[in-house]
Amino acid sequence: MSNEPLFSTKNEWFVRSVAVTAAVFIVTALGGFVLLPYLQPDLRLGGLWDAICSAAGVVRQSAATASVKPDFKTSMVIMTSDMLRRPGSESVGHGATLAQQCAICHGPTGVSRADSPNLAGQYASTVYKQLHDFKSGARVNAIMTPFALPLSDQDMVDLAGYYAYLPRLPPFHSEQQLPAPRIVINGAPLRGIAPCGSCHGALDNKVGSPWLEGQSAAYLTAQLQAFASGARRNDISQQMRNIARKMTFEEMNQAAHYYASQPSEVVHATAR
Amino acid sequence: MLTSKRLILVHFWLAFSLFGVALLLGAWQMFIRSPLHTWITNPEWYYRSLTAHGTVMAYVLPTLVAMGFGYAISESALEQPLIGRKWAWLGFWLVAVGAVTAMVPVALGLASVLYTFYPPLIGNVFYYVGIVLAVVGSWIWVALMSINLRAWKRTNPEKAIPLPMFANVAGSYLWAWTSIGAALELLLQIIPVALGLRSTIDAGLARVFFSWTLHAIVYFWLIPTYIAYYTIVPRAIGGKLYSDTMARISFILFLVIAMPIGMHHTFADPQVGAGFKFIHSAFTALVALPTLLTVFTICASVEIAARLRGGRGPFGWARALPWNNPIMLAVAFSFIMLGFGGAGGLINMSYQLDTTIHNTQWITGHFHLIFGGAIVIMYFAIAYDLWPHLTGRALTNFRMMRAQLWLWFIGMIVTTFPWHWVGILGMPRRMAYFDFTSPALQPQAFSVTISTFGSLLLVLSGVLFLLVLVQGQFAPRIEAGTYRFSTDIHPPIRIPAPLNGYALWVALMIGLTVTNYGFPIAQLALRSDTSVPAVYVGAQ
Repeated sequence: MSNEPLFSTKNEWFVRSVAVTAAVFIVTALGGFVLLPYLQPDLRLGGLWDAICSAAGVVRQSAATASVKPDFKTSMVIMTSDMLRRPGSESVGHGATLAQQCAICHGPTGVSRADSPNLAGQYASTVYKQLHDFKSGARVNAIMTPFALPLSDQDMVDLAGYYAYLPRLPPFHSEQQLPAPRIVINGAPLRGIAPCGSCHGALDNKVGSPWLEGQSAAYLTAQLQAFASGARRNDISQQMRNIARKMTFEEMNQAAHYYASQPSEVVHATAR
Repeated sequence: MLTSKRLILVHFWLAFSLFGVALLLGAWQMFIRSPLHTWITNPEWYYRSLTAHGTVMAYVLPTLVAMGFGYAISESALEQPLIGRKWAWLGFWLVAVGAVTAMVPVALGLASVLYTFYPPLIGNVFYYVGIVLAVVGSWIWVALMSINLRAWKRTNPEKAIPLPMFANVAGSYLWAWTSIGAALELLLQIIPVALGLRSTIDAGLARVFFSWTLHAIVYFWLIPTYIAYYTIVPRAIGGKLYSDTMARISFILFLVIAMPIGMHHTFADPQVGAGFKFIHSAFTALVALPTLLTVFTICASVEIAARLRGGRGPFGWARALPWNNPIMLAVAFSFIMLGFGGAGGLINMSYQLDTTIHNTQWITGHFHLIFGGAIVIMYFAIAYDLWPHLTGRALTNFRMMRAQLWLWFIGMIVTTFPWHWVGILGMPRRMAYFDFTSPALQPQAFSVTISTFGSLLLVLSGVLFLLVLVQGQFAPRIEAGTYRFSTDIHPPIRIPAPLNGYALWVALMIGLTVTNYGFPIAQLALRSDTSVPAVYVGAQ
């Protein structure tokens, strides 16, 4: 074994291995940071430094790519897992007082006698988001908008907390329980439609997606059609518009009637 | 001299029994999404199974094999009893307890996040804690390998480190450094979110950290296989190793360039600059070097064995090889699968060509062929070779061993070749079901069906493998003799210091990590606008 120091310029192994490694790095870096950006015709570069920054992934401020503003209001609600936390009793109590004005459509126990949604046991994040969207104008409804306008942010949190706190009761017009259709369990993979159940229950739940079991079939179909036509646009990443646009009318009906027919106390139905 | 037989045997048994379970899960997944079965009604079960399959096969099996084999190498190559056996047991128990801790939430459906974690998807915290425990257990092994080598060097200052131990310690250092990426991702990003301390996560940064681990981990899986090529195969077939120096250079190259290449897993990710992707792509191409060196050296060593057995002619010598020897069969199969898998890998590592097969079944086919095929078949060979020395009982059922290896080889080819094909046709990976009734997918149905039958052959082979090992536990006792590794044609008498140590290579490995990962990580870590809300599995 040789005893000469390893990390020394006199050691041939050290010099060669470091030189080869550095050379490979420099050549590939020149390729990646200089040659590659210049080979891209679409990339308008302001010189060598700009090319290097662009290849390094530094965020570029470019006037040409100013974002296009939509001509309608978009939802400003950010769905986070914090919305899953249970509200305190004070919040629920205040929400109950405010909910007096909601009872005429959504029922005194949160179960609707008309085709408006049942709110008893609905996820707090869902109720909060819809109220917020009605107030901001991201979702428009001739009846709901005036009710939402005077609400403060705390009011909406409290109302959401109150309805989440209420027990889930059987729907007023209960239907005979139907088996899960394919659109709910499997979606339509070739049309890019995820299963309804993967966000809305039956398989899994995602933050912000409403619980649908026991809701009115007429209401659900109307909302799907509103998403498909673009009349309703408060789904944050367009997921419901994209899905509804590709659904057939029959699939909308199947999904709506399936959820309407499910017992409301079921939270996580097992698929059959 | 093997003195820690129980310790080593326990590592192998845990590895292979979990492998058996995960193999069944894999075959079930193949079947459930093939045209032979109707669409699964709850896809969550598919992802649950996929998470378990991936976690066991990618983390638990290779780590335990590397650890067990590493202890065996340390004792027999250095001819000294293992120093720190109690610590080794602690390491084993950490891996075992970690595996159970991780698998319980997966089995309950609380952590169906796949073994690659995929934040912002967040599963139950015990899944991640279990993986951290297993990794910490393996770090104990890394430390022990280093300590044992140091002790040996003190008593043998003038000798060259025996090749198996040299490679083994190189593998352990590679693992120590590469596991840090995923460890940082888990400890700094995922676990705080899983505990509810934070509700947002920088998924892009997490993917960069994971790519730090994800590619070099493949070479950590590969190193026991390469050690077997160099130090078991020539001896087992009655030959000699062609070049000790070439072997050392191969392992050193793995140490240096296995690490700074992981971003070829993020070619389609927007958060990494194109320049860094290009550098990683180029460095990935360099990994072909140690593999080609190995293929050359092992073919030469095998030719030596054949000529010693009377083989003649430029290619005719191949007929003189001991083809009924399971080790010979295993290495031949392994090389064929390595060849095809490596050729496919050239497509994956190319920044441009990758776009044609990105996120398709091609990728699944590729890593099953390389890891499940070329690497794992040599794990079988290692087990067959070591078993009599560990149990003190002979393995005599050579017919069953040959049948097992043939089935694994054919099964893996039948499984992965159609996978590659449907990948080219555009079939996405990680899907629980496919609509084969659609005219767009119908042409893929036949290939998918064929590959399902391949997975059944693999299950059959796995059962035979476990049967051989169980038979070995009940065979009559024998004196297996001392466990030896291959000898070289030119035994290493005078070796340059850099080929007898790691300092220079570890320094280059860390240096390249800094140049190739430093900026992208710093850039993402310093920006405040890159986090997204976490999505909790099964949250209500």
